[in-house]
Amino acid sequence: MSPLVTALVVGAVVAAVSGPVGVFMVARGQSFAGHALADAGTTGGAAGYLAGVNVLYGFVAFNLVAAAAMEALGGRRAIARDVATGVVLGASLALTALFLHIETSTATTGATVTVLFGSLFSLAPGTVPVVAALGAVSLALSALLYRPLLLSAVHPDLARARGVHPALVGAGYLAALSLAVSLSAVTIGAILSTALLVGPAAAALHLVRRPAAAMALASLAALACTLGGVGLAYASYHWPPAGRGWPVSFFVVASVLLVYGASLAARRR
Amino acid sequence: MTPLLELEGVTVTLGGRVVLDGVNLRLADGQFTGLIGSNGAGKTTLLRVALGLLTPQRGRVLIGGQPARRRAELVGYVPQKVELDPDLPLRVADLVGLGLDGHRLGLPLPSRTRAARVAEALEAAGAAHLAGQRAGRLSGGEQQRVMIAHAIVARPRLLLLDEPLANLDLPSAKAIVSVLASVAAERGVGVLISAHDMNPLLPVMDQVAYMADGRLAAGSTGEVIRSEVLSELYGHPVEVIHVRDRVLVVAG
Repeated sequence: MSPLVTALVVGAVVAAVSGPVGVFMVARGQSFAGHALADAGTTGGAAGYLAGVNVLYGFVAFNLVAAAAMEALGGRRAIARDVATGVVLGASLALTALFLHIETSTATTGATVTVLFGSLFSLAPGTVPVVAALGAVSLALSALLYRPLLLSAVHPDLARARGVHPALVGAGYLAALSLAVSLSAVTIGAILSTALLVGPAAAALHLVRRPAAAMALASLAALACTLGGVGLAYASYHWPPAGRGWPVSFFVVASVLLVYGASLAARRR
Repeated sequence: MTPLLELEGVTVTLGGRVVLDGVNLRLADGQFTGLIGSNGAGKTTLLRVALGLLTPQRGRVLIGGQPARRRAELVGYVPQKVELDPDLPLRVADLVGLGLDGHRLGLPLPSRTRAARVAEALEAAGAAHLAGQRAGRLSGGEQQRVMIAHAIVARPRLLLLDEPLANLDLPSAKAIVSVLASVAAERGVGVLISAHDMNPLLPVMDQVAYMADGRLAAGSTGEVIRSEVLSELYGHPVEVIHVRDRVLVVAG
């Protein structure tokens, strides 16, 4: 598989996953948690570099650990959850700083740029089945928890009264979100990865009324942004200033912002 | 006959404070009961106990003669202060459908019976015309109708509502009360509704359950809404005043 094909396939899987997971993230008011997970993933990515393993495994492992820590520290109340999220975010970024410092002082592998801003064109072709499998797990979890997640979003006590444990459902969803964030991180980088989850989902919520339709539209918008971003990045190898190409993450996130802006304008009308 | 809902000597202490103090209450099928009291009297706690969300330290809570926890399918519930986000991706019909199967895992499969049940519940709540609208963009009164449809769609025998009239203007409150009264009368559903103002409920209440400081007095309005009974309940003198068709309870 050529690097371009690998990039397109991985980008497509990531876009498909980010629609449903992103709609739940925005509807549940967990965008900050999602962003914190993404940043916490940089610890795993940097650790992966140090240990010489695929950064994707580092992202996944640390996102799941960070999600568990946020659940354990957070509890039910909104403020306590925000504090727990912030604490986990700070702790993991401190570790990232340490790992990247050690890495960059002993080698020149471009670890910092890869971890923070993605490495879609330098992915090993062997990554594709792993990305597809993790994406499938994330989508399956979202489908399994679909109705309890929506019911809890209306009011958690409605779920509790029907014998659903909102905390359990929330933990299951956080696992799905961790995987989606990890996949997004290898595409456009850890610190930008939530853009792909937030932007298309928020745009879709402006435009359609049904949950399933919002998820499908968010996936399509994410797909357009990702594939368009990959295409533009590929074309940019002939662009000034240096003829080395512009970063994929720049094009993807710029497209996401355009889509979101267009949805705002459409809603006003 | 076994009462639909029975609370016997129910005592709940939360954070060292006695919130329910030996509360007794019985509710029959089709009976409309107003749970009246000021903020902090214990109304929400009583409803949470009846829902099985809170286990009392002492006393029994039975629904249809069995412990409340195991009878969740018999109970419909409208929580206090439901604030739906305008961007929440749920049409009214989707939200009401979650009352049927929102606790189940997996994706919902569209079915004709499901759609018919949703339409029937919306009709009964006077909200059929809202079915295709986005739930979070409705007015407060419209949202309450939708929440009532959500609560009755699974055909419960008991309906618990926590302050559904709060923040509604008088005409909207009256409309909601008449929807609930017809649900009780036509479907034989026992209704327990909390409110800090009893006046909108006076025309339809079969029973009043008046709460003060975690204690409760229940009976017909003629029996309970009297200066002697409420003074005893409050532990200090209060006076019941009738002004035209309104009832006011004031410190004596």
